[in-house]
Amino acid sequence: MDWYPLGNSLRIAAISTAAVFFLGTGAAYYTAKAPRLVKGLLDVALTLPLVLPPTVVGYLLLLVLGPKRPVGAWALETFGVRLTMQWWSAVFATVVVTFPLMYRTARGAFESFDQTLAQAGQTLGLSNICIFWRVRMPCCRQGILAGTVLVFARALGEYGATSMIAGYTPGRTAAISTTVYQLWRTGEDGLALRWVLVNLAISAAVLLAVNLLERKDMGKCR
Amino acid sequence: MPLNVQIKKQYGAFRLNVDFSAQPGEVLALLGASGCGKSATLKCIAGIHRPDWGRIELDGRVLFDSERRIDLPPQKRRVGYLFQQYALFPHMTAEQNIAACLGRLDRKKRRERTAELVALLRLEGAEGLRPAQLSGGQQQRTALARILASQPLAILLDEPLAALDSFLRRQLEPELRDVLERFGGPAVWVSHDRGEVYRNCRRVCVLTAGRSAPACGMQELMSSPKTVGAARLSGCGNYAPVQPGPRPGTVSVPVWGLTLEAAAPWREGVTVLGIREERVRPAGEGAENAFRCRVVRVTEDVSAMLADLQPEGAAENAPLLRMALGKDVWAALPDKERVLVLVHAGDLLLLEDDAGVGLCPNPAGALPLHPTAL
Repeated sequence: MDWYPLGNSLRIAAISTAAVFFLGTGAAYYTAKAPRLVKGLLDVALTLPLVLPPTVVGYLLLLVLGPKRPVGAWALETFGVRLTMQWWSAVFATVVVTFPLMYRTARGAFESFDQTLAQAGQTLGLSNICIFWRVRMPCCRQGILAGTVLVFARALGEYGATSMIAGYTPGRTAAISTTVYQLWRTGEDGLALRWVLVNLAISAAVLLAVNLLERKDMGKCR
Repeated sequence: MPLNVQIKKQYGAFRLNVDFSAQPGEVLALLGASGCGKSATLKCIAGIHRPDWGRIELDGRVLFDSERRIDLPPQKRRVGYLFQQYALFPHMTAEQNIAACLGRLDRKKRRERTAELVALLRLEGAEGLRPAQLSGGQQQRTALARILASQPLAILLDEPLAALDSFLRRQLEPELRDVLERFGGPAVWVSHDRGEVYRNCRRVCVLTAGRSAPACGMQELMSSPKTVGAARLSGCGNYAPVQPGPRPGTVSVPVWGLTLEAAAPWREGVTVLGIREERVRPAGEGAENAFRCRVVRVTEDVSAMLADLQPEGAAENAPLLRMALGKDVWAALPDKERVLVLVHAGDLLLLEDDAGVGLCPNPAGALPLHPTAL
């Protein structure tokens, strides 16, 4: 059995989780401060990928990143790099698809955050960046953590947009989700089942880890 | 160097307009009913809210000036803020809370300074506890230590004792006063409780519906408040519309059918008469300012009897006059249905109506019986 899809899926999920962690919390932080109208519009725009079919996201991404499209052509010309059909192309897909998960959970956590804590930090002379990382994020840790794990699990399972932008090339762009589909399509049901079990095991382990972490946390805080 | 505040700000339909200054070493009281803009004022001074207009100066530095477009961020103002619920960081220990703003110091200095403050505020043994594990008093001391660590030039206290039960409050009040005395800079103590303010501050600035009155001595507020808002906050319980009397030195209260001698000269703008409940006394026959009343109802309080009286010449809807008497004095009264009472000329408070509670001269209108509720 070729284990390439496992490693590939894990690294795609890990990279996109790291990226979405910062993008999502940042977006949540700034939209919370925006004026009401801007907030409403941004909220719709930032949540849209959650309700769009992943194939539509993939299509839109190809419109931008494809080798003959503006950004894709520019990257090909400037760096000589094709943005699609690489193993890391899948990161674009997973980032866009999982972004709303992080954004919405972080926003929910920030909204329940007691603003006087931030105000106290300000009057004590702490910089806003310091307040964000040392007060706001730790106080919202549970929501942020839950969002991050959800993003990782979702990124691991992303299929639609990934298959469109990274395709399926064994040993190069194959991820678990695309491999399962390919194996099933070619009638290798047994092998497909094995990958299904691998995916199930990872996802279950991740969710279990979160539950354990949260239980440990409860005793410490509040 | 003093703290000078002169600001205006519109919050929806609510208009904040305050003007006061606090001297170094002084604890100025900002006294007002809830919702009158006390906390909003503090937030403007600290830089959390931005006034529409005005100027805030501390120690000769301009913190805010709408004309010169100066608006220092809270971090640069060096104004300590004791929040009502203390706003301790829940995920940090007491020690970490205190050291939170000492990041610039090296590790050794930071530890020394933290230990110093822990000792100063008697927090030994509680350093490693989180806010939720601290008692109310320890929480307040931790918050104070954290403020002192940031080396503020002024301290603002937002109802500092409101989060504590009355027993703890009695213990902590003198401690808090000591800390502020040692601090030595200007401090502003926000409260709705005149007793708390009376015990801890010498000067007081009364805030009514967003407007500040000129600061005055605590004694002055108690003896001669100028407005209904100030009188209420000083604990005065009886109010009635008033007019100049037929002779100079007298005032008449049409709703009670009374003309009384008043020690204070009549001023322009006075529309309301205030009488403290404990200044209504039983009188002997023929005494000055004496009038006969019917006792409408009697309430027994912890240490006094409260008698609601209707002067004999009172109009139908006139507010009742409440008298607070020592229980033994009440017991000694021969007639508990009808009493002859007096109010000394010096105890009549001539007030301007800034509270807008409909105390304008309108004898037929419904008047609040006892607007003591703050």
